[in-house]
Amino acid sequence: MSTKRSAYIGIMRFLMWLCTGITAALVIFLLVYVLMQGFPNISWELLSTSPSYLSDRIGILPDILNTVYIVLATLIIIIPLGVGAAVYLTEYAANKKLVAVIEYAAETLSGIPSIIYGLVGMLIFSNNMGSCLMAGSLTLVIMNLPTIMRTTQESLKTVPQSYREGAFGLGAGKWRVIRTVVLPGCVDGVVTGCILTVGRILGESAALLYTAGFAHVLNGLFDGLASPGATLTVALYFYAKEQGEFGVAFAIAAILMVLTVIINLAATVVGKYFAKRRSL
Amino acid sequence: MNKKKQATEHIIHGIFLVLGLITVLCVLLITVYLVISGIPAIREIGLIPFLFGTEWESTASEAKFGILPFILTSVYGTAGAIVLGVPIGFFAAVYLSKVASSKVRHTLENAVSLLAGIPSVVYGLVGMMVLVPGIRTIFDVPDGASLLAAIIVLAIMILPSIIKVSITALDAVPKEYEDASLALGATPVETYFRVSAPAAKSGIAAAVVLGVGRAIGEAMAVMMVSGNAANMPSLFQSVRFLTTAVASEMSYSSGLQRQALFSIALVLFLFIMLINATLNFFLKRSKED
Repeated sequence: MSTKRSAYIGIMRFLMWLCTGITAALVIFLLVYVLMQGFPNISWELLSTSPSYLSDRIGILPDILNTVYIVLATLIIIIPLGVGAAVYLTEYAANKKLVAVIEYAAETLSGIPSIIYGLVGMLIFSNNMGSCLMAGSLTLVIMNLPTIMRTTQESLKTVPQSYREGAFGLGAGKWRVIRTVVLPGCVDGVVTGCILTVGRILGESAALLYTAGFAHVLNGLFDGLASPGATLTVALYFYAKEQGEFGVAFAIAAILMVLTVIINLAATVVGKYFAKRRSL
Repeated sequence: MNKKKQATEHIIHGIFLVLGLITVLCVLLITVYLVISGIPAIREIGLIPFLFGTEWESTASEAKFGILPFILTSVYGTAGAIVLGVPIGFFAAVYLSKVASSKVRHTLENAVSLLAGIPSVVYGLVGMMVLVPGIRTIFDVPDGASLLAAIIVLAIMILPSIIKVSITALDAVPKEYEDASLALGATPVETYFRVSAPAAKSGIAAAVVLGVGRAIGEAMAVMMVSGNAANMPSLFQSVRFLTTAVASEMSYSSGLQRQALFSIALVLFLFIMLINATLNFFLKRSKED
């Protein structure tokens, strides 16, 4: 082999290793660094109290609860909408052009950056209902709709056509077939979609900044949804950028990191579980 | 089937139709809102002074609203992230798709998914604490919060999309192509780069365009590391992107200033639409290949 050829091979092989190594090193560095900086700052007091100027204390309990509320509200609204849209596309839509338009719209939605969602959410929701968790939730619904739609659609496609035909043959109407045969088959898609959505909500900040606001007040579920509040990510941003409380910021970052790992694991495990069940 | 049952079926069909159209409605709603709220300021300032004005002094007594610095910063920042991120992502994708054992591949794919899942504020925080001081010491500049810091953060943030989409494209290359190349005497490495990669070029192009979209739309991480001053872009200076221009003044803006922010969002939206159209073009072509 000519020297030029073996040099080319050597360089390419080196570059492949180098770049894979850089990627792996980045992941490890980010994980280790954030956890090392964050864990020493996590205390029971931080997790279980709300911030108080009087006692000069910072607590992130309100932010944790706000995150939970916003996740719950978003999922409750998004599941029927996303599943309905997916059912329409796979079961009802006969017009190919309409399907193409809907799918193009879904792709467009998933390409729009979150800051634009934040702005439009502010114009549509917050300007009418005030900035509150519900406004943030509704913004996140629009943002994550394509995800739930896509995962549900994919699982609906795996429901065998013969099941539907069998049900129709027994005299069931379209709605009955959907209710009894199609919908039970899309549970895995909905669960996968929900996991992905929760992951995106946990990481979202730009879309929430001007829709959900940034208060740290301890509220119950319904009061919480009606009043402004910061989620963990938004709180991290404010503690780091506006207040210079880097210890608290790293503590939140470490919590978010752990949650991200859990969400990723959950997605993998659930995917495997459903794949196994389907192959039976 | 009796009449009542038929009516129910029609109603249910109607409900599902509305749900099916909801994404289309959302896209229309977003477009209409952005256009309606974005146009007035452009009208008042004038399209040319708005797009090509080099000074942004929104709160000065004689306010100036030129967004060229933001546009150029977004373009340079994105280009920088692509130049830095694409080669790393591409080589890593080739390794994972063609060379790595299934165990290594599986582990690293999970790692890349994790990278994709990390919230942007966490990237911003790490950037603030590690990159910004690092750049200040290494390059001996007064403040490390700069375009360079933003470029590095963006390059890392677009890595997962580039790697994932490229792997999908490389996996889809027919095995016959590679076998033929190997049979003709090419080594495996030569085959990967001279046969597989060119065969997957539409998919890899889609990966790059997806990265462009991610980079140009990122707000929070960039806001935390780029310093946020409305300068014309320069590698070691504090800069402001289209996204951060919207985010940083929104909370206290009013009147024409607020309207101008909506106009910036409209400009960003047009950029994104252009990128989406390009992405669809490449995705379609890679499906046809």
